[in-house]
Amino acid sequence: MENQVTRKAYIEDLARIQEKIVEMGIAAETAAKNSIKALLNFDKKLAAQVMENDDIIDQLLIETEDACILLIAKQQPIAHDLRVIATSFKISTDLERIGDHAFDIARITSNLEKPFNFDKSHIKALSDCAISMINMSIKAYKNADVNLAEKVCNEDDNADSLFAKTLTEISDHTLAGAVPEFVFISRYLERIGDHATNIAEWVIYLETAERMRKTKKI
Amino acid sequence: MQYKMQAKNLNLYYGSKQALFNISLDVPSNKVVALIGPSGCGKSTFLKTLNRMNDLIDSVHIDGDIFLDGNDIYAPDTDIVYLRKRVGMVFQRPNPFPMSIYENIAYGPRIHGTRNKNQLNEIVEKSLRNAALWDEVKDRLNDSAMGMSGGQQQRLCIARVLAVEPEVILMDEPCSALDPISTMKIEELVAELKKNYTIVMVTHNMQQAARVSDYTAFFLNGKLIEHDITDVIFTNPADKQTEDYISGRFG
Repeated sequence: MENQVTRKAYIEDLARIQEKIVEMGIAAETAAKNSIKALLNFDKKLAAQVMENDDIIDQLLIETEDACILLIAKQQPIAHDLRVIATSFKISTDLERIGDHAFDIARITSNLEKPFNFDKSHIKALSDCAISMINMSIKAYKNADVNLAEKVCNEDDNADSLFAKTLTEISDHTLAGAVPEFVFISRYLERIGDHATNIAEWVIYLETAERMRKTKKI
Repeated sequence: MQYKMQAKNLNLYYGSKQALFNISLDVPSNKVVALIGPSGCGKSTFLKTLNRMNDLIDSVHIDGDIFLDGNDIYAPDTDIVYLRKRVGMVFQRPNPFPMSIYENIAYGPRIHGTRNKNQLNEIVEKSLRNAALWDEVKDRLNDSAMGMSGGQQQRLCIARVLAVEPEVILMDEPCSALDPISTMKIEELVAELKKNYTIVMVTHNMQQAARVSDYTAFFLNGKLIEHDITDVIFTNPADKQTEDYISGRFG
């Protein structure tokens, strides 16, 4: 019997879920980038836009979850297909959390009365690291690239150490009135790195069926 | 929404035994409606009322109405042969005629008056293509249909129905005698066919109903318990009995 592709609609539905995850990833990365840009440039308009766009990410989360639930109910996914569904649930939650942290950073900016007046290089370094981790984790997902996913997991230590340095920097300076906000921002960025690491670990699971915790098999 | 067929307050009796109770069900145009339920629930009986196949059983008595494009198919002046051309049927077991693949398809159009050889050739090719069978059999159209695999025979039977240009196709567990790959091929075919036809399918396989249908109707003890969009039936059915059945708690 000749081989022919069966279950065309099902395969298309699975692909659509993966496209939605990538779309959500791009939206979350943009939100994180813009939230930092708004903070560093004291751009309240951009901060407001980040907060407004969070609804788009939330909506994508709902659409992804609904599509996953329907496919489970109607198509009995197994093996790699099942991992696509399972990891889509997990990754979409991580991306939504990244969006929330970007929202939180943007809200701090929008509440500021005047720009921060001190060296922002540590925050910049930490945010560059976190944003590049999101970018790589989504690329790894899109291209089923396990090596790149492992790189993201390794990068998490770097994010943690940049976070520690930022905290030291904050405590070394007297930043009248702005210290709590900066601690929060640093914490949000460190958490964004954690979520990107989670996504990378789910990419590894998706492609290899092996559970990872910071590149260690568990 | 446009309804191709509608059943209204349909009751059916085998002699004094009532088999269907007050069934009202709409079949939207160009959609797949799946009828599910445990054995003996009345789903096949209901399917057969849609092209009056139950007329062949002497003891059957029906009241209520079934409409095709708004016309009552049980009206006294209904031409039953023409009705069954418009509402074709595919059965549980593939039942090709013991003749060539070509003749199986050409048979229907011929008895409906098509004699022209070129026209028949066109119908045979078009029907086999639409049944996703042409590529597999185009070089052996004169071979006996009995030598085909079960899955091919069932697609031949679908092609045979298509050859007389029906509007509605009734399928009575069309995959129950087929292997999984053939089953998937039929399911793919159904998804293609609904672009041009309206399909009502009885299936014992709930997952199949979930995969292929747009609407699902759940029958139990001759009653229509619930019918809705398939997405709703399989994620949030309204009736506890439907949920128990689709989740395998009885049946």
